[in-house]
Amino acid sequence: MTSTAPRSSPLHAVHEAAGASFTDFAGWQMPVRYSSDLAEHHAVRAAAGLFDLSHMAEFRVSGRGAAAFLDLALAGEISAIEVGQAKYSLLLADDGGIIDDLVVYRTADDVFLVVANASNREHVAAALEERAEPASAPFELADVSDDTALIAVQGPASRSILEATAGLEVTGIDTLRYYRAIPASFESTPVLLARTGYTGEDGFELYLEPARAEGLWQAVARAGEPFGLVPAGLASRDTLRLEAGMPLYGHELGLHTQPLQAGLGRVPALGKPRFVGREALERGPGADARVLVGLVGEGRRAARAGYLVYASDDSTTPIGEVTSGALSPSLGTPIAMAYVDPAFREPGAQLSIDIRGTRLGYRTTTLPFYRRKKD
Amino acid sequence: MTENTDLRYTAEHEWVLIEGSVATIGITAYAAAQLGDIVYLDLPEAGTAIAGGSVVGEIESTKSVGELFAPVDGTVVETNAAVVDSPELVNSDPLGEGWLIKVEFTELPTLLSADEYGALTGAGA
Repeated sequence: MTSTAPRSSPLHAVHEAAGASFTDFAGWQMPVRYSSDLAEHHAVRAAAGLFDLSHMAEFRVSGRGAAAFLDLALAGEISAIEVGQAKYSLLLADDGGIIDDLVVYRTADDVFLVVANASNREHVAAALEERAEPASAPFELADVSDDTALIAVQGPASRSILEATAGLEVTGIDTLRYYRAIPASFESTPVLLARTGYTGEDGFELYLEPARAEGLWQAVARAGEPFGLVPAGLASRDTLRLEAGMPLYGHELGLHTQPLQAGLGRVPALGKPRFVGREALERGPGADARVLVGLVGEGRRAARAGYLVYASDDSTTPIGEVTSGALSPSLGTPIAMAYVDPAFREPGAQLSIDIRGTRLGYRTTTLPFYRRKKD
Repeated sequence: MTENTDLRYTAEHEWVLIEGSVATIGITAYAAAQLGDIVYLDLPEAGTAIAGGSVVGEIESTKSVGELFAPVDGTVVETNAAVVDSPELVNSDPLGEGWLIKVEFTELPTLLSADEYGALTGAGA
């Protein structure tokens, strides 16, 4: 980040009043928890949680050439998504490394909203600007991060809560499918309402102008109270996404990782003749490149990012490294994601992790660790 | 329930209650809040000799790992079994039921008063 002064969300005062503890996240002061990160985690699994994600970066790409530009700039086939559809995609470097993972919404035929990680805002902006080709059909690229607040409502009660939210006008929430978005309004301010999230639960993400974020937050909080909705911080967001096997940039994803290694081999559309990184993906990451696996341990000691993975308790040559880990609040067992040598990728492999000098047994498993019951 | 004023503190965010030759040791409410929900404790067993300033245990929350520093030289005489079984006691009652170990000490170093510790955290214990 080039800026040094911490930034704060348009909802900062609301969080302070709610007793939040704050953490620095990508240069932003964001709530890490309000009271208990475990209680917030369980609330999302059982009822619902309310998250402020206003730190996320948003780019608006619009105009006749927008779809073709995104097809070139991103790994997925963005031109193929319908208006009202969302798509998880990747921004790749020439060598196939991941600059960022993002969600793209097509909000009109010629208008796309690209949502990027806060920590990568400047890298994404630079890469997108660089990829515009003078000969192509015209389009406009605008960084609208500062004009966009993002509130997420996640958990099984999310839909009922939004239906009960005073001032939120939306038609068709009952039939809105996962990874779809519809225009809505809050007290006549436009809202983009998407059925997306990062928790492994049903849930929604609501984009709107920062000046109205507090009003919407309060209205959702009031409507959610009888359903057990609680404000939830980044600590619970991290354990929720880990249980759901969702990668976090800087942990599971980075410039030295190709999508295939991260289990995201289906995200790039290799059927597209051209996109940045395509040649590198065709060559592949190499037969001995490490791959992402899930790991489950016993007891209560969690392996954490950076801990080394070994083939057995007495071996001294690491075969992998943990990228995220926690004692799973939902499962009660330690879970982790790690990059390991491909020989150890098969589910059921018995491995050993050095946890601050003590070796503990972990078994490879398929992701996700947690899957919600579909209704 | 212990009055805060009876307690002494360390810069490593522990509290110490001196009763005769035994020091009861726990972590402060500030430390517990900073760690978040505590889910695992690794504490020295009774009979373990400990040296002041050394790491004698670990306090894990969902987000991070904190170290327990021995504030005194001595021998552990009791480990709080209840808190090992229910680490959340450290969050709910850090100065009471969330105590960690009792140590028969040989020498008592200079510890911080509540005011001094409060100045350190910018708020209070």
